Amino acid sequence: MSVGLVWRVLPPGLYARRARAVIERSYLVNRRAWMTVLSGFFESFFYLFAMGIGFSRLIGDVVGPGGQTMSYAAYVAPALLAASAMNGAVYDSTFNIFFKLKYAKVYDGMLATPLGPFDVAIGEVSWALIRGAIYATGFLTVISVVGLTSSPWTILALPVVLLVALAFAAVGMACTTFMRSWQDFDLVQLALLPMFLFSATFYPLSVYPEGLQWIVRLSPLYHAVELMRGLTAGVLEWAMLGHLAYFVVMAVVGLLVAGRRLGKLLLS
Amino acid sequence: MSVDPLVLAEGLTKRFGDFEAVAGIDIEVRKGEAFGFLGPNGAGKSSTMRMVACVSPRSGGELRVLGMDPTVEGPKIRARLGVVPQQDNLDNELTVRQNLQVYGRYFGLSRKHVRDKAAELLEFAQLADRADDEVEPLSGGMKRRLTIARSLVNDPELLLLDEPTTGLDPQARHLLWDRLFRLKQQGVTLIVTTHYMDEAEQLCDRLVVMDKGRIAAEGSPSQLIDRYSTKEVLELRFPPGEQDPEPVRDLGERVEVLPDRVLVYTTDGEAALAAAHTRGVTPVSSLVRRSTLEDVFLRLTGRTLVD
Repeated sequence: MSVGLVWRVLPPGLYARRARAVIERSYLVNRRAWMTVLSGFFESFFYLFAMGIGFSRLIGDVVGPGGQTMSYAAYVAPALLAASAMNGAVYDSTFNIFFKLKYAKVYDGMLATPLGPFDVAIGEVSWALIRGAIYATGFLTVISVVGLTSSPWTILALPVVLLVALAFAAVGMACTTFMRSWQDFDLVQLALLPMFLFSATFYPLSVYPEGLQWIVRLSPLYHAVELMRGLTAGVLEWAMLGHLAYFVVMAVVGLLVAGRRLGKLLLS
Repeated sequence: MSVDPLVLAEGLTKRFGDFEAVAGIDIEVRKGEAFGFLGPNGAGKSSTMRMVACVSPRSGGELRVLGMDPTVEGPKIRARLGVVPQQDNLDNELTVRQNLQVYGRYFGLSRKHVRDKAAELLEFAQLADRADDEVEPLSGGMKRRLTIARSLVNDPELLLLDEPTTGLDPQARHLLWDRLFRLKQQGVTLIVTTHYMDEAEQLCDRLVVMDKGRIAAEGSPSQLIDRYSTKEVLELRFPPGEQDPEPVRDLGERVEVLPDRVLVYTTDGEAALAAAHTRGVTPVSSLVRRSTLEDVFLRLTGRTLVD
């Protein structure tokens, strides 16, 4: 794909095509810390039980994509998948990476080898994706089994949610390279929480007045929710290509900025 | 036939904003030698090392490492270097053994190769019995040994050591020096920065004294002592405040006054001491010793504290 082209135009010193070694490191570290990995697995289910199953009792059926009637649990489950992909990717790429960058000096050690900053950026983001893929597979399996999906297109939700996670991880990592202290992480919360609550996660976009709708459309999570909801309900629209493009741009810009900034910070 | 130098710098410069950390230095490191950068804190040693290690772009001048330009072929050069940074940056999330294996993987070595290599290096660093322990609880000396072992995982031709023994106790330092001697015997070229004179005298065949980003002197330890100091030093100790250099000023090439003593730099310390006695100088105690690199260092970089 065109991603290969992007790496070819990078300065040669910044990418050694050995991001796999960075992933291997993450694998070894996480194999020892499997509890953390497991807790991430349950996060999305907690949300599903609280928001989906809990509220379902009160709300009953709602009108979903394409005007079809569905249970509130089926309506909110795909949105929660999108939200947990966002949360997982952002936490992995901000807190985790900031610590390794500023305190543990893990990347200084890596860059003394043939590895370049783009190997680090790609390797770290890839690991976040591998974890995300495991969680998403589990979640999609469960909601399919309990009948919260109504279409075989659900299978496509997996690669799409990975693209979403890639985009969030890349942008999160890029932002991390600008952070000076732990105080700056309050800004991460400040961005995530309203996005989680207001991106048409729990109700349709149409509840907002026209002007507000346009603001919600800027939120990346809104586009992820639309994609997930459409795929699990089996309603495919041309607008989905627009949503996908949004994440492709986010991912490419995020990775480019992250790699360059890492180089600037570490190779000074 | 002359062998190409492993490191060649001409007018090498590093600026951070307005501050010039390295102000145009020329160095040449030959294959198989142990080359030292000696200097006070802030002299530009670490900045120079980072440029040689291809993790810091130069601001000016020429630099060739292993015959290549770091700006163009950084990864290729780094593949053949071993780096021991000033501060240990071991991976605290991995065990001792994994630190070695994972680092080897960064160099693209096969799993089998790094497994064998890690076992060999654990022996070398005397850490075999701690192989599967966490890194964090290791002592300072052990961490340093592990960092050095890690830097050897790719069998480097050139090993860069930035203050390898700072903060270690004497036993740990001697053990480290012993390991470094062995490497030198195996033909590894070493570049060491230090502000310890004994370390420089122990390890280095040739060294440069750096001060304020420039090279103040260059040569072997004995050459430097010949050139910048005298063969011997007579130390005359007095109660603080009572030292008077005047009666002994002409007994040596140079006289230096410290708070509690007078140093007379001379070729014959005993003769100078006898002469001082005949002139009625009565120090609390006296000592004749050989000049050391420390005398050279303090002469060249001054006694005032640099920070």
